[in-house]
Formats: sequence, C-alpha cells, structure tokens
Amino acid sequence: MISAAQIPIFIVIVPFLAAFLISIAGLFKEKYCQPLSVLAMSVSLYAAVATLIHVINHGVIHYHLGGWPPPIGIEYVIDHLNAMVLVIVSFVGFIVSIYSKKSVEQELPDKIPQFYTLYNLLVTGLLGITITGDAFNLYVLLEITALTTYALIAVGRGRAALSGFNYLIMGTIGASFYLLGVGHLYIMTGSLNMADLHQLLPSLYGSGAIFIAFLLILIGVWLKMAFFPMHGWLPNAYTYAPSSTSCLVAPLMTKVSVYVMIRIMFSVFSPKFTFQEFSFHEIVVWLAVVAIVGGSLFALTQKDFKKMLTYLIIAEVGYMVGGVWLANHNGIMGAVLHILNDSMMTLCMFLVVGIIVYKTKGHHFDNLGSLYKKMPFTMAAFTIGALSMIGVPPTAGFFSKWYLILGAIDANQWEFLVALIFSSLVNVVLFFRIIEFAYYPSFSNQHGDAHGSEKIDEAPASMLVPLLIVAAGLLVIGVFTGKIVTYIIQYTIPNGL
Amino acid sequence: MELILAKYNYWIYVFLMMIGFYAMIVKNNLVKKIIGMSIFQTAIILFYVSIGAKKGATIPIIEHHAHSGAIDPAHYINPLPHVLMLTAIVVSVSTLGVALALILKIYHQYGTVEEDEILEQIQ
Repeated sequence: MISAAQIPIFIVIVPFLAAFLISIAGLFKEKYCQPLSVLAMSVSLYAAVATLIHVINHGVIHYHLGGWPPPIGIEYVIDHLNAMVLVIVSFVGFIVSIYSKKSVEQELPDKIPQFYTLYNLLVTGLLGITITGDAFNLYVLLEITALTTYALIAVGRGRAALSGFNYLIMGTIGASFYLLGVGHLYIMTGSLNMADLHQLLPSLYGSGAIFIAFLLILIGVWLKMAFFPMHGWLPNAYTYAPSSTSCLVAPLMTKVSVYVMIRIMFSVFSPKFTFQEFSFHEIVVWLAVVAIVGGSLFALTQKDFKKMLTYLIIAEVGYMVGGVWLANHNGIMGAVLHILNDSMMTLCMFLVVGIIVYKTKGHHFDNLGSLYKKMPFTMAAFTIGALSMIGVPPTAGFFSKWYLILGAIDANQWEFLVALIFSSLVNVVLFFRIIEFAYYPSFSNQHGDAHGSEKIDEAPASMLVPLLIVAAGLLVIGVFTGKIVTYIIQYTIPNGL
Repeated sequence: MELILAKYNYWIYVFLMMIGFYAMIVKNNLVKKIIGMSIFQTAIILFYVSIGAKKGATIPIIEHHAHSGAIDPAHYINPLPHVLMLTAIVVSVSTLGVALALILKIYHQYGTVEEDEILEQIQ
C-alpha cells in the first residue's frame, strides 16, 4: 500500500517511467503506445488532483527526495500556486493524449512510438519544473522540456525543422542565462534550495551580483516564455509543429514559464526586492503593454488561423507578465487566474485547429469555409473559446481580465488598462472575422459543388469529446471563479506585499 | 588592471561567452551557429568550475588528509559546482545532438545549411 505522503512523487515519476515503457512497447506493438500514454497521464492527473486537495486542506507539502533534508537534498515544495499549475499541466497532458490518437496517426504515421515517448518526457519536464524547490533542478528540467519540444516541433512538415532550429538557438540562450543567474546566486549564498535562498538573500540585497543574477534569470525566463522583444521564435515554431504537439506545447510552455517567473520573483527573491530594490516594475509593465498591443496587431495581419493564434499567445503572455508586475493584490490574482484560464482557452483553440487540420488538411483562412454547417459541435466549442478569449462575462476569460483591470487601476498604470481593452477589441475583430469565414463557403469552393460540401462531417469522437470537455470547462471555471479564488488563488499572493 | 588580474577567470568566461553569443546571432551558416552555441555553453561551464577552485586546496576526498587531524574545509576545493556541471555537460551534449539532427533534416529538405539561401527558397 502506498502511503499518502508519497503521492507527490507519482505526479512526476509515472510519466517519466511511462516514456521508457512506451519506447519499449513501440518495438513490439505500436498500438499500445497511445493507451499507455493515456494511462500514465490519468495516474499523474489523479495524483495532482489529490495533491491539490491535500494542499487546500492541510497547507504546503514538503517532499524530500530520497529522505535527504534540504538544503543538501533536493526538495519538492507544493503550495497553492504550483498545486494548481500541476493540475493544469497534467489535465492538458491527459486531454491531449486522448485527442492525439487520430491526429498522430494521420500526420506522423511512422513515428507513433517516438511521438508518445517524447510526449511523456515533455509532460514530465513541465511537471518537474512546476513541482521542484531547487533552482538547479529547475534548470535541468527546463532543458528536458526544451529538448523534447525541439524534437516534437521539428517532426512537422514544411518549415518545421527550420523553426525548430531557431527555437533551439533561442531556447538555449534563455536556459544558459538562467543557469548563469543561478551561478551568481550560488557564489553569493552557497545554496541552491529556493527556500534556503529566500532566507539567505535579504542580507545581500544591496549587492550588484544579486541584481545581475535577478536580471539574468528574468531575461532567461522571458526568452523561454516569448515575452515581446524576445518572441521571434514562437509563431513559426508553433505554427509548423504537428497539431498534437502544438495542442500540448502552446497552452503549457508559456504558462509554466510565467509560473517560474512568479516563483523566482516571490519565493527565491521577495516582493520587497522585486518591487523596491529592483524598482523597474513600471518599465516591465510598459514592456507588457508593448507585448499586448504588438501581439494583437501582428495577429490582425495574419491570413492563417493557427499563426494568428500564436500571435495571440504573445499578447496573452503580456497580460500575465504585466499583471504580476503591477505589484498589487488584484494584479497578481488576475495573472495567476489567467494562467489557469489562458491555458484552457489556448488548449480549446488549438484543439479546434487540430480538428480543422485533420478534416481539411490545412489551417489557412481558406480552409474554414462552411465549417459551421459541416462541424456544428466543433464550431460551438470554438465559439465558447472565442468568447472567452474576447472576455465575455459567463466564460472564464472575463474574470481574469477583470482582476487585471482592477489591478491596473490600483497601480495607477492606465496604459495597461488601455492595452487590455485594446486587445479585447482586436480579439472581437479577429474572432468575428473567423466566425464569418466559417459561416459561408470559402471563395475557392464557390464555383464547385457547394451543396455537396455542406453535409455534416463531424470530427471523430476521440477528438470531439476532449474538445467539448475543455469548452464546458471554460464555462465551469467562469461560473466557479469565486470558489477558485477563495480556495486557491488568494493564497498565492506573496507575504509582505 | 588589478580588477582584470584578480578576477581573470570571470573575464575569460565573459570573453568566451561573447564569442559564442556573437556566432549564434550573427553567423549565417547553421553549423557555425551550433559551434557558437557550444562555446557559449562551455563558457558557463568554465565559470562554474572556476568558482569551486581555491588556492592551495586539494581534491575533496577526506582520506587524503586523514593524518593531519581536524578537517578544514579550506583545504578542499568545492565539489558541488563541478558535480552540477556534469549535468550541464550532459545537457549541452544532448542539445548539440538534437541541433545536429535538425541541421541534417534541414539539409535534406533544402540542400544547404546557409540561412540566407534557405530563406530565399522559402520566399
């Protein structure tokens, strides 16, 4: 019998071992790979939910790997913030592993075992980044995540290999900057444990080396999350990746990086250092404004549905970074809530794109003709996702935007408020344009058999059911936002703010 | 001048890192970019290794100094950064492997590894 105290390790170890099991199973029977992956993800999701409930009821969990006490051993620390992120990551992993079956069979028929092996390693890396309480351990897991992502992106067709290569260069620079920052912290304190660093750092806050360390780590993490001036790698990499890869990577990679940024700002350093000693937070909010406006404007110029969404991800990263750096309760609550909401919205959108690619073999605007008639359920889910991206009240997207707006008012940073409203208006234009394209037959089809192509031709159930669950989830999260804030989000605000 | 001599290890790593960074950003040939990446990562590894070293210290095996009585940490170099860098070396080698595999795929696809020629073909 496994004792309850051991549950946190299962979140990470099960997908990790499953990766090896899948690569062995793939040698004998390829059809076992996907069910094994689903099984591993469901165990991981179960463990993550159990951990979240435990954290809500009993407070922070400290898990010492191998029984070595910190700061010598590596420690897993699970508080309300990362318990929530763990559930998000394992939930997305679970949903996409069910969804990916048909899509992978169509797009990568000869690489099924390899795909699922890397898939499980990628989820392991993301979960590990989230759960760990050790700064160097985080670097290693960051690189595990990155390496698997490069490979999963580059197996796509067309420009995928080149975009994957550019991502590799930028991702390596980002991770190296992070490592360099951690090195500076180690020179000054002699510790790598986050809680220990938090204890040791305050006496050194005046030091230039600590300042540089903070800056290096921030730049590294910003590169990883595609914060605006450093976003160049993201749109092509996510557009040309296979559908299942982008469904997994697009909702999670940027959000987990935002989580890492929050962890570094408040758990390794402290709000006092971040907002008073560092004193650049207004500049960072301005950068976030540029990210939101720039991402939205680039999205407007696209003629490709998937590429448009990738630019919206860049705008959403601006939301979260800006929210955290507003340096007040509402801003941080909005940013943390947006980690949850945005990962669900982005997942919903990319699942829709995956279905469109599966049915029409492309994600250009031309492929969208008459989709409301052909795939009513898919497009209903798309409409919910679009309303949430815009921020219409019953859906999840509204509530985090509301907190962010309140935070902007509290901080007297009106430019952030204007950027949020501007981006919502741009989203209205973008999504209603898509809805219009999808209501009428596309131009290229108008001469041909317009009647024949309007029969109901819905996606297979293994793709449709996960999508509908996520779309319903957007409404459920929206309705229960109050409960989520009371039980989870309000505990994520750091002490001393 | 004293600043340079006293902290020469830092200057070396900064110098190497900038060489690598330059190659990664500016070079047109994808393989040269990868070489730059390797130099960049190696510079950081050197930085870590150099911070563990001490003047007049020996390798951190306690038995070597057992006869001299009390164990003084100042007699041993710090092994932790070196151990961390073993992991970082593994990471950088696997990044190199993935990068070379990607270059191979790009070469099969476009018949060249010069970035401007590839972009020309895409246009």
